[in-house]
Amino acid sequence: MTDRLESREKVTGAAKYAFEYAVENAAYAAAVQASVGKGQVRSVDTEAALRLPGVLAVLSCENAPNLGDVPDGELALFQSRTVSYRGQFVAAVVGETLETAREAARLVRIEYAEEEPDVRLRTDHPGLYKPDKVNPVFPSDTEQGKPEDAFRDSPLQVDVTYTTPAEHNNPMEPHTTIAQWNGDETLTLYDSNQGASTVQSTIAQVFDLDPTQVHVVSPHVGGGFGSKGTPRPNVVLAAMAARAAGRPVKFAVPRQQMVATTGYRTPTIQRLRLGADADGRLNAILHEVSEQTSTVKEFAEQTATPTRVLYKAPHRRTSHRVVALDVPTPSWMRAPGETPGVYALESAMDELAVAAGIDPIELRIRNDTDHEPGSGLPFSSRNLVACLREGADRFGWAGRAPEPGVHWEGRKLVGMGVASSTYPAYQRPNKAMARAEHDGTFTVRIAAADIGTGARTALALIAAETLKEDLGNVKVEIGDSAFPRASVAGGSAGTASWGTAVVRACEALRGKMNGAVPPEGIEASADTGDELKARDEYARHAFGAQFAEVEVDADTGEVRVRRMLGVFAAGRIINPKTARSQFIGGMTMGVGMALMEESVMDTEFGDYLNRDLAQYHVPACADVRDIDAVWVEESDPHLNPMGSKGIGEIGIVGAAAAVGNAVHHATGIRVRDLPITPARLLTAL
Amino acid sequence: MRPFAYERATSAEDALERHNDGAVYLGGGTNLVDLMRLGVEEPSRLVDVAHLPYDRIELRPDGSLVIGAAVSNSALAADRTVREGHPLLAQAVLAGASGQIRNLATVGGNLLQRTRCSYFQDTSKPCNKRDPGSGCPAREGEHHNLAILGHSEACVATHPSDMAVALAALGASIRVQGRDGERTIPIEDFHRLPDNEPERDTTLEPGDLITAVEVPPVGMPSRYRKVRERASFAFALVSIAAALDVDDGQVRDVRLALGGVAHKPWRAWRAEEVLRGAQATEESFLRAAEAELEAAEPLRDNAYKVPLARNLIVRTLMELGEGS
Repeated sequence: MTDRLESREKVTGAAKYAFEYAVENAAYAAAVQASVGKGQVRSVDTEAALRLPGVLAVLSCENAPNLGDVPDGELALFQSRTVSYRGQFVAAVVGETLETAREAARLVRIEYAEEEPDVRLRTDHPGLYKPDKVNPVFPSDTEQGKPEDAFRDSPLQVDVTYTTPAEHNNPMEPHTTIAQWNGDETLTLYDSNQGASTVQSTIAQVFDLDPTQVHVVSPHVGGGFGSKGTPRPNVVLAAMAARAAGRPVKFAVPRQQMVATTGYRTPTIQRLRLGADADGRLNAILHEVSEQTSTVKEFAEQTATPTRVLYKAPHRRTSHRVVALDVPTPSWMRAPGETPGVYALESAMDELAVAAGIDPIELRIRNDTDHEPGSGLPFSSRNLVACLREGADRFGWAGRAPEPGVHWEGRKLVGMGVASSTYPAYQRPNKAMARAEHDGTFTVRIAAADIGTGARTALALIAAETLKEDLGNVKVEIGDSAFPRASVAGGSAGTASWGTAVVRACEALRGKMNGAVPPEGIEASADTGDELKARDEYARHAFGAQFAEVEVDADTGEVRVRRMLGVFAAGRIINPKTARSQFIGGMTMGVGMALMEESVMDTEFGDYLNRDLAQYHVPACADVRDIDAVWVEESDPHLNPMGSKGIGEIGIVGAAAAVGNAVHHATGIRVRDLPITPARLLTAL
Repeated sequence: MRPFAYERATSAEDALERHNDGAVYLGGGTNLVDLMRLGVEEPSRLVDVAHLPYDRIELRPDGSLVIGAAVSNSALAADRTVREGHPLLAQAVLAGASGQIRNLATVGGNLLQRTRCSYFQDTSKPCNKRDPGSGCPAREGEHHNLAILGHSEACVATHPSDMAVALAALGASIRVQGRDGERTIPIEDFHRLPDNEPERDTTLEPGDLITAVEVPPVGMPSRYRKVRERASFAFALVSIAAALDVDDGQVRDVRLALGGVAHKPWRAWRAEEVLRGAQATEESFLRAAEAELEAAEPLRDNAYKVPLARNLIVRTLMELGEGS
């Protein structure tokens, strides 16, 4: 139970976030967003903006410098006249003050040749196509056996369609950059991101620089949930503006502008067909997904991939169809794929349990497997059943009435729901450096990111353990592209990936140490690339079980989660204190997904309407009454030197299904379109 | 944000004098400043009236209250006389916003909150309330939390205040200092229905300064209940302020107002009329609710508010009836 190492700095305000760096002579940028949903910029009138005292520059497609090789169309700022979606950045203003820049941005007059945007995802959209792969590199479709026939011949059938809305990541700290061009044509970026190395290499490419010319500084980041996993237009805008103004430029994307420009989770429409024999053993699973991407670039969420992992069934199909709409490009949001996919699969499993008259936990246990059904590979470890059993005991599942809609307390209907959870245990190649200092302390450096997860603390614990030193003697430095190259904080792979490099660097350092440390210190480094290539083939995943108890007001349709418990099997837990925060944070986000989060597309104008946290609801403290997460002991020798699996995302996976299943158990009503609001429940109550 | 002048008024007369074209009174600023950042409000001058000596709550011998316009929402909700004599009002205030916002927000400013309709708050889109004559995209667009009663072709916005719903049920009056002297406006006449002038939320004249709210005594069991998608810090889908006096199974007196359903706090006159003298039973509560909601004209996506308001009326009256 180790406290977050930088907690004191954070609560006292000493920890610096990107916008807070005191660069000399800074100017401020503000962005202009497209006010049409699709079309061409006809003209940009900057006269009024430039007349405003204190305005230093206006950038748009009419004067922006040509960028180099832009790997991501969302970063090709002002490189074309095409408007791909409403809210896209089409111009930027640099001013002496933030107020001047924002006012000038309002004075930029842009004429458009406007076209009607196509923004509505539907299963009969003629533009739906099969992507070559789904994020990151999974096959779009898989099929084994004869799923259609097997489903048709199954005595028990569930054939249902679930929808999940677009959801926005909404980290507390907005996407923020200070860009400073130095005399030697190097670029310093104080930036809020999930991976300094990735920002460094991408921005170097965009501005035709060598990566060594770009220095990214990001020791503290106020959340990202995936939306800061790749650089966003703010980084390019700040760097371009700084060059145009000849001064350092600060730019934080206002909350209202984040909605269009910093990513979100695609809406999904998912048809689930489960065919089982009379005692609930699955014979066929078909999971078919429709989702959206933009015309700027393809992002195909891997929504059905968890169905390749969770339950055995001889006949199976998963498929993804994507349509490129005139919308912002969707991207990673906490457990992309698993979050919406497991919601649908685990809701359908609950429907099967009801249809079969089998307890939902027992149904899942009957369909457990020791080989990954999609690949046939053995699991490196799989403790789903242990999680379900442990959770059932702790949550008081035995007292649950089998039939729904019978437990009244006053005017409230009360119910319990369960859902399985799973998330891959990814690992990526990394480099790290460890130093023994002359004064007896140790320094470890890696360009890892702590976006609020506790990564810095976990890495320090890992380093101290490997070095056999007290935690107080070990300093871990992260969040700087000058440190050894690291993968992003994403895919729940941070601690496993960075930690392995830290272990290897520390081991190498110990091998070099022999007696006293000389004044210049001793240094060792590591690169885990070869080690990862040499790993045995296993299906590596974390598992978990989510439990929720809800009350539904029979008069108003209000749903409140009374209790929630997550039980996880995620390998060795490095730091119980911050791990618990990760789990319950994910579960809380799952409550939001189940009951309130919904980005509403305005089909007339083509943008997401709820642009701030007053309109986009996430759970408030009062919505999280009694929540806990525990884990089962799991020893898995096939993972990494720590024996750990990722924990950043599995907490959200299955959480919404557990809540939805509890709502069904409370009321007998199955709401298949998230979120489950009074509007959706009331008509059926 | 455009440049604006900030001035602090020293008295009501001084405030009125400073309030010229383009000027706006500033209370806690919890809504106004947001709207200025969004470009929805563009005052040339802010006249700060939060520091005028209207910061007292006075309990008069007849049990009525005079609440200064500059009293903070937090102070109002925490005041012992309010909590004891007008619990409905304290409950309504506490149901709104967050602790931090209530600390700053004033009673006068709370009454003058603008709608949270997303089109009103987005200057890149038409809105008759913000830009008269430009159109109302909410009618066909996103309106799941907009009006079911009293709306017009021009506007389907709702009034966001909780406090004002309680004040409507209590039959409060708004004391106003105007260019022609002081006057008192019954709350029923204070907020407007949109008709074809949705840009006018209230019947206030230019320069009018709210100085106090007068609240008559309640004298019967009362409560405020707010329905929302999350447990706090959200505007009402529908809310209700109700007071009920039952004598020997018969309704002697009743006050009902609904929030989240109209351009103004909706006093349920028809329901009250049906109820007075009727048996205090679920059947009559339902009959009253249906009489009130007969006038409802729900939009495509907010028809759920009709059964919601109905259930809320019936259940709240049932609970009040049981308590008396």
